[in-house]
Amino acid sequence: MSDADDDAFIAVTDLTKTFRVRRRSGLLRRTTSEVRAVDGISFTLRRGEMTGFIGPNGAGKSTTVKMLTGILTPSGGRLRVAGVDPWKERTRLVRRIGVVFGQRTTLWWDLPLRDSFGLVRRMYRIPRDRFEENLARCVELLELDGLLDVPVRQLSLGQRMRGDITAALLHDPDVLYLDEPTIGLDVISKARVRRFLARLNAERGTTVLLTTHDLSDIEQLCERVVVIDHGRLMYDGALSGLHEVGQGERTLVVDLERELPPVEGITGARTVRTEGPRQWLAFPASASAAPLVSQLVAAYPVVDLSLREPDIEDVIARMYEGSEGRSPSTDSGRPGVQPQR
Amino acid sequence: MAETLSGACARAVLGRAVWGLRAYGFIAAMWIRSSWAYRASFAIMLAANFASTALDFAAITLMFAQVDALGGFTLPEVAFLYGTSCVAFGLADLLLGTAERVGRRVRDGTMDILLTRPVPVLSQVAADRFALNRLGRILQAGLVLGWSLTRLELDWTAGRMALLVSMVLCGAVIFGCVFVLGGAFQFWAQDASEVQNAFTYGGITLLQYPPTVFGKELVRGVTFVVPLAFVNWLPALRVLGRDDPLGLPGWMDFAAPAVALLCCAGAGALWRAGLRAYRSTGN
Repeated sequence: MSDADDDAFIAVTDLTKTFRVRRRSGLLRRTTSEVRAVDGISFTLRRGEMTGFIGPNGAGKSTTVKMLTGILTPSGGRLRVAGVDPWKERTRLVRRIGVVFGQRTTLWWDLPLRDSFGLVRRMYRIPRDRFEENLARCVELLELDGLLDVPVRQLSLGQRMRGDITAALLHDPDVLYLDEPTIGLDVISKARVRRFLARLNAERGTTVLLTTHDLSDIEQLCERVVVIDHGRLMYDGALSGLHEVGQGERTLVVDLERELPPVEGITGARTVRTEGPRQWLAFPASASAAPLVSQLVAAYPVVDLSLREPDIEDVIARMYEGSEGRSPSTDSGRPGVQPQR
Repeated sequence: MAETLSGACARAVLGRAVWGLRAYGFIAAMWIRSSWAYRASFAIMLAANFASTALDFAAITLMFAQVDALGGFTLPEVAFLYGTSCVAFGLADLLLGTAERVGRRVRDGTMDILLTRPVPVLSQVAADRFALNRLGRILQAGLVLGWSLTRLELDWTAGRMALLVSMVLCGAVIFGCVFVLGGAFQFWAQDASEVQNAFTYGGITLLQYPPTVFGKELVRGVTFVVPLAFVNWLPALRVLGRDDPLGLPGWMDFAAPAVALLCCAGAGALWRAGLRAYRSTGN
């Protein structure tokens, strides 16, 4: 298929979505206010890229994903996915994308997995041999054997999620959207899903856009992250770059010979915590640890040292806080709140 | 050029309709097969469906135990009216009854999932949980209709036969349209709270009973009785060889197919508008 540019396989330009919210004010009167759920977002994804899409609740993530999947019509801006305008050619688009909603299943609750997959085959008009091949691969890699004849409602959350992922991949989509694919899963199921997604991306070159609140998903799977808040793009780039933008800090954990007052006089570092002979020194993630360590060893009786990388959750939390002040104006209450779901 | 363009357009629309029907077929077939796994429960549901609708007619026969005619109609004549309208309604309910669930789908977010599949949303909504046990109603009404025909001693000309078949089929189409219209309406009134208000403030009498007694049945009554008058009542009178008490022009008796087509166009347009509204506002 040569109808899509591989460098801008998903191209989003100045995308906006405005919802009109009607609210009752008084007995009969109603006020209508406009809420910008998505406020001029632009980014492009290369073919085969695996990108994390994050933001707090109500940031506009789901709204953006719904526009990318052709469910919602944008209010403004341009949008192309695999060379298709999602809202104009919904049916053509959906043959080329797979969607997994972590919170609700796309499978048929009362049908066994096998029947659900059979319906998917007919809906997408997947040739029988390709269907069998894809199904066999997913069943093997996602460890679904023995579950195919179980009605979906009897599956555990992890099993159901793996079934959902299978259903989304039977028609060989070029793009896979995953909305909270590991929500509520136990550690083993999470690892299994992540391993599978990494392999899918590496072997098949499927472009993946992953929305999640679990940042370890992103740390393990994505090299690139797009962060949005209040409907605006906050960050778009490598995961490692987030630390600098979010002013992430690394921590040097120092074990001294004995209990001492908080360490002082080390350039660029400050003591954030002491506990007996152990002390925690924070310094900017972008700075080198070597001069710090040499200064410290010269001035203090150091027994042991260890270095902790910044916690990505903290970095992102700090980013959200930083954005709180300059939010797009909305009528009242929590800024940027929009009807979710 | 214009011809080829409109031709392509017509082909696209036709192709979409055929694909929609095929999709309806295989989704419904899947549900039938899956319910076949629980044959006993299917049989019980079918019998229950049969029995519960049969009670309607039992009430009518009880009335006739006291009187010889109801509004000038004999029991076989009333049975004929009952049978034709119930078969039509049953067919529509069997094929499109689940279109009523749009509001729930919008609320719980499963409408979004339907939109991510390459199948017309109406096919998916209408074929979902396709249940053959709804045949119970059709079976029951069909028996009543059959019995009335044996008792009516009508002269079965070709015209009369055609009118009978057409009135049942057109009735089914029109009831089906009402189901689709009702579903489309729910794209706007998802929680139907406005409708609810109309009922709660509507009349003190209604408030004296639990709203569940009325709500659905009253809406059904009004929405289905109006088209019924034009589609079932008038041709039925002609089949029975009676005069129309309202004195409407005679051609109205044959208007059913036209009304059915009109309903289809209206229901289709409103459905598309509803879907468009949903896609621009979300939920």
